[in-house]
Amino acid sequence: MTKEHANWSPYDNNGGTCVAIAGADYCVIAADTRMSTGYSILTRDYSKICKLADKSYMASSGFQADVKALQKVLSSRHLIYQHQHNKQMSCPAMAQLLSNTLYYKRFFPYYAFNVLGGLDSEGKGCVFTYDAVGSYERDAVTPLSEAEAVDLVKTCFASATERDIYTGDSVEIIILNAKGVRRETEQLRKD
Amino acid sequence: MFRNQYDTDVTTWSPAGRLFQVEYAMEAVKQGSAAIGLRSNTHAVLACVNKANSELSSHQRKIFKVDDHIGVAIAGLTADGRVLSRYMRSECINYGYTYESPLPVGRLVVQLADKAQVCTQRSWKRPYGVGLLVAGLDESGAHLYYNCPSGNYFEYQAFAIGSRSQAAKTYLERKFEKFPESSRDELIKDALFAIRETLQGEKLTSSVCTVAVVGVGEAFNILDQATVQALINEFEISSEEAPAAATAAEEAAGDAAADQGGAAAEEEAAPMDI
Repeated sequence: MTKEHANWSPYDNNGGTCVAIAGADYCVIAADTRMSTGYSILTRDYSKICKLADKSYMASSGFQADVKALQKVLSSRHLIYQHQHNKQMSCPAMAQLLSNTLYYKRFFPYYAFNVLGGLDSEGKGCVFTYDAVGSYERDAVTPLSEAEAVDLVKTCFASATERDIYTGDSVEIIILNAKGVRRETEQLRKD
Repeated sequence: MFRNQYDTDVTTWSPAGRLFQVEYAMEAVKQGSAAIGLRSNTHAVLACVNKANSELSSHQRKIFKVDDHIGVAIAGLTADGRVLSRYMRSECINYGYTYESPLPVGRLVVQLADKAQVCTQRSWKRPYGVGLLVAGLDESGAHLYYNCPSGNYFEYQAFAIGSRSQAAKTYLERKFEKFPESSRDELIKDALFAIRETLQGEKLTSSVCTVAVVGVGEAFNILDQATVQALINEFEISSEEAPAAATAAEEAAGDAAADQGGAAAEEEAAPMDI
């Protein structure tokens, strides 16, 4: 007796790598810009990072259609929050909201693997990592300086690009600190 | 207004073809403190008088941001206004989610009007007791609409609602022809002048009024008190012509000035004195 299997899947994996590092007074969020399906590349220039609030950025790999839907839901919820509280959501608050939103679809999950990075209300860096159904934790803060962390990110991506066929093309890096937000792009191997 | 036998509920017509409950709801708007709106081709400005019930309490918020491109000023039952603002915000968010573009103002006011109409045709509901001045920007430029409790809505170049709004309307009627080409700052100045008209003698300071702007390249925002006070000082110091002091007789009756709070009723219109 063999189980009948579906002849289609609602999910696809568009691949990619996402990283976030929390520092004492900064946060780095990075993701490669390659979007794939199967063994093909759909585009070399797709952003996996979304600004959810002034101090909360989310980078997600997985099924980008679900990622886009998740980003839209969170953005709308943030608008509602702003109307009700007359201020932006803090990063830890957004972290909880993301967790709840993911668990809401516990029995038909968002195929999205997220890292949320930003600054908390004291200005310290904070990074949260998630599984597909909302289990999350706040990661440790690094003693590295901002420049060292950005360098580390670039090295990591160069290394990942070598071994993972779904990672490459270029990496988009967002750096958040007290002065504001900065964006950097670094080219990666395109094979 | 007069008591009569056809005004018990909103689903009863009078023999003259009137719905008295709806008309009474519009009376509630006239009792609220003044709100005015005006627009040019590129900007729309809302301003309102903030009356606190006592020195100890805070002012009631009468201007709400609905979306980056739409804001609303209310007069009448502010609680009803708050609820309708929440509805408008929700509609804008849902439209933006589905279409990834801003909800056109004209569509929003129709939805609002239809919502108000429902309350004029259900025996278990009452009409909303609030008038809304909706200011917004869309692809066809800046717009100003007025939504009444009756479910009607109209587009305006400039309008005023609430108590002593006739004074403001008189001022606006004299000036409105130049509004389409006015600059943002000229519009704000005219809004402040119009508000001053409704105060009838009371000193215009930024603590009694609120001003908000939306326009091309400018998201809807409420100006902070310091900015408003600076603008007030600017046009008072340069001693612009004092708008005609004659105020309409209907404003002379001692109606309560504050929204649902009943501040001390005022006597006949005082001469302009700033």
